[in-house]
Amino acid sequence: MKTARVRKLTGMVMFGLTSLCTLITVSSLFFILGYLLWHGLASINWAFFTQVPKPPGEVGGGMANAIVGSIELILLATLMGVPVGFLAGVYLSEFGGERFSFVIRFTTDLLNGVPSIVVGILAWALVVVPLGHFSLFAGAVALSVIFIPIAVRTTEQFLQDVPQSLREASLALGAPKWKTIASVVVPAALGPLGTGMLLAVARIAGETAPLLFTSFSNSFWNLSPSRPAASLPVTIFEYAISPYADWHRQAWAAGLVLLALVLLLNVSARILMSTRYGYRG
Amino acid sequence: MAGVSTIEAQAGLRKRLLARRRNLGDGAAYVLTLLFATLILILTALVLYELFAASHLSRARFGFSFVFSRSWNPVTGQFGALPFIYGTVVTSLVALVIGAPLGLGCAIFLSELAPRKISDALTFVVELLAAVPSVIYGLLALFALVPLLRNPVEPWLRKCFGFLPLFQGPAQGVGLLAAGVVLAIMVVPFITSVSRESLLAVPREQREAALALGATRWEATWSVVLPYARSGIGGAIFLALARALAETMAVTMVIGNDPQIHTSLFAPGYSIAAVIANEFTEAVTNLHLSALIELGLVLFVITVVINGFGQLLMLATGPGRGRS
Amino acid sequence: MTAATKLEKTGTLTKASEGAATAATAKLCVSGLNFYYGAKQALYDVSLEIEANRITALIGPSGCGKSTFLRVLNRMHEMVRGSRVEGSVYLDGQNIFELDVTALRRRVGMVFQRANPFPKSIFENVAYGLRVNGLCSRAMLADEVEKSLRRAALWEEVKDQLHKPAYALSGGQQQRLCIARALAIDPEVLLLDEPSSALDPIATSKIEELLFELKKTCTVVIVTHNMQQAARIGDRTGFFLLGRLVEIGETSKIFQNPSRKETEDYITGRFG
Repeated sequence: MKTARVRKLTGMVMFGLTSLCTLITVSSLFFILGYLLWHGLASINWAFFTQVPKPPGEVGGGMANAIVGSIELILLATLMGVPVGFLAGVYLSEFGGERFSFVIRFTTDLLNGVPSIVVGILAWALVVVPLGHFSLFAGAVALSVIFIPIAVRTTEQFLQDVPQSLREASLALGAPKWKTIASVVVPAALGPLGTGMLLAVARIAGETAPLLFTSFSNSFWNLSPSRPAASLPVTIFEYAISPYADWHRQAWAAGLVLLALVLLLNVSARILMSTRYGYRG
Repeated sequence: MAGVSTIEAQAGLRKRLLARRRNLGDGAAYVLTLLFATLILILTALVLYELFAASHLSRARFGFSFVFSRSWNPVTGQFGALPFIYGTVVTSLVALVIGAPLGLGCAIFLSELAPRKISDALTFVVELLAAVPSVIYGLLALFALVPLLRNPVEPWLRKCFGFLPLFQGPAQGVGLLAAGVVLAIMVVPFITSVSRESLLAVPREQREAALALGATRWEATWSVVLPYARSGIGGAIFLALARALAETMAVTMVIGNDPQIHTSLFAPGYSIAAVIANEFTEAVTNLHLSALIELGLVLFVITVVINGFGQLLMLATGPGRGRS
Repeated sequence: MTAATKLEKTGTLTKASEGAATAATAKLCVSGLNFYYGAKQALYDVSLEIEANRITALIGPSGCGKSTFLRVLNRMHEMVRGSRVEGSVYLDGQNIFELDVTALRRRVGMVFQRANPFPKSIFENVAYGLRVNGLCSRAMLADEVEKSLRRAALWEEVKDQLHKPAYALSGGQQQRLCIARALAIDPEVLLLDEPSSALDPIATSKIEELLFELKKTCTVVIVTHNMQQAARIGDRTGFFLLGRLVEIGETSKIFQNPSRKETEDYITGRFG
């Protein structure tokens, strides 16, 4: 039988240990931010945002093409992913038959768990091989495959959160099901739905692996979806593993910009979530 | 009420006209959403199909021995998966050994011991950590972690634990240990948030029962709450394992890119995702490409199985299931 | 109006109108209705007639099937998977199961137990049914919204805040808003499922007053667990027990001189 003192001491020790774990975990975010700021802030200048890379070894240049490329990739992937994710989520929440819905949910979780590099292989096989070359579009396809499962799950969850009583009220007024969904259910869940989509965007903004052999890379300007394109994450990777100190410097700056973008998206999603059009009812 | 009846008449007429269209609307909505839901099935089937089809050359050439073969030589056309499976598994295990206790400790603190407001704020920070892109972890690992490991961490490990083959050999910084550590850091936020949710899901009555019997806060946590949340935490760890196995960029940047099996953690190695990332665009022969895709297939199967296991565990949370 | 005076008043009328009652038009005819949730049966062989322009109250202990019955009348039961109906229900001689369901619901409206306004403005809530049924003209909508709010005795209280969110209203006001919303499409029958169970007595009496007015232009069926409410406002009352309609008749008869023992036991409070 342990004495009360020993028990109390054990409790305090464990409290100390677990808070230490928390301290380590939480402070790592600040460490990451701090390190990036320390190494990258100085390199964020006008040139970084407006110039294209200089040839390897030369000092200077910027990542304008990578930034624009990333924006274009994200926009294209979101354009393809939102309708699919949203409508599939509507199906699961509003129309789904018992068995088929289970199959869809299971498959969505499966797709969600596919390693991002394997998603890259899929997009490569579907787009790069037939076209014969890398393209921004292939990268967007890969990103949309990662986007879709997140969009589906969040859409389904937030639509199901809408109280059944609202659907009943609408149907009792003689509204058909599709109008009930469009005019009552979806508007009631609009904030959370937006949050779900934002989180999916935040996820694909930072993805690198699936782009390595789909959108590949490009040292020059390219806006066309049918040609390879530079993107921020891939450029960071290339620069980081290169032997050039100037490229390392730029990699830090790019890392800072990318992290800021991803964190901003996540925080916005969180804010959007808390401004739900409340149905306190 | 005259106005009402004219409107009623109008609406009635319109209703009759719209009646058929409305049924069409419901049917159309059903078909449309069904189509897009089916698209997900198609996409997943495509993943499997493409992995199988594109790896055909390699599977035909090497058969099942691919999984056990140690050689990887693009020049001679000899390809085997074992070094990569080894690297993938070892780095992921290191990640779990370091990350699971850390993540669990953090989760316990956030769910049981910290006041609610602080817990919510800190959990938000942890979730932000989970959102940091892999390539950024890689960047930091390459320039901050590796030098640190090279000197003083690995020499210190060699000094203290050098009797184990794990900690022998030259300390270069890059290698299995570096990859394992960065994976650990990446996996901790995930383990923390999922475990925390499992712990919070334990009914309050359970804690209260233990406390009412005179247990200290910690004892209640250790002997009642944790066992109750056992399968949820187990599920979290399996899901984290699946993520670590699939991680590409951070690992690629620090693992050393050596397709050989070494027993020491200080030695360089290679993971499945890393070799695909590095060699895919440079593969010259179709066989090489096919072998890489077969590696992708192997990785896919491993992660699906581990993920499936993790999901099952998460579903199994509930009373009575904690005790076997 | 206390229950006693009401019964007195209708007592004299009943004798005179008993003959007339059988000739009164049946708005809804229910015959041999059986209802199943999957394998479980919830309604057993229910047959009754709902008379036009009168208030029919349905009473009975909780879980006896009166709400289930109500929901069959506008086919809301179809929202639940695995529900099955046998028997027939006729609205003005038309089989409701052969009508287009949205057309049926335009004619048979429903107010639910808990107020369920949409997360929209007061105006948009009332206008919703009209929009959905094809009315778009802004001027006409404004007109109809005002009419409905007046019928629901809510106009004076909200006329200056039509564009405020519906959730800003109190519970009683929200329920009257739901009544206004249902009335906007001018239904022939209004079904109310325990509409004032969550409301205070003042809000309840406001609703009962408006139902009195309403029956002049509408047929009202109200499910209530409050016997006094049935006695106050019901012209006819039906008693449900364990999924069966035990007895139905003029309210005065049911409360003063029930034919069935179960009815008498319930009325006198031997169980509830």
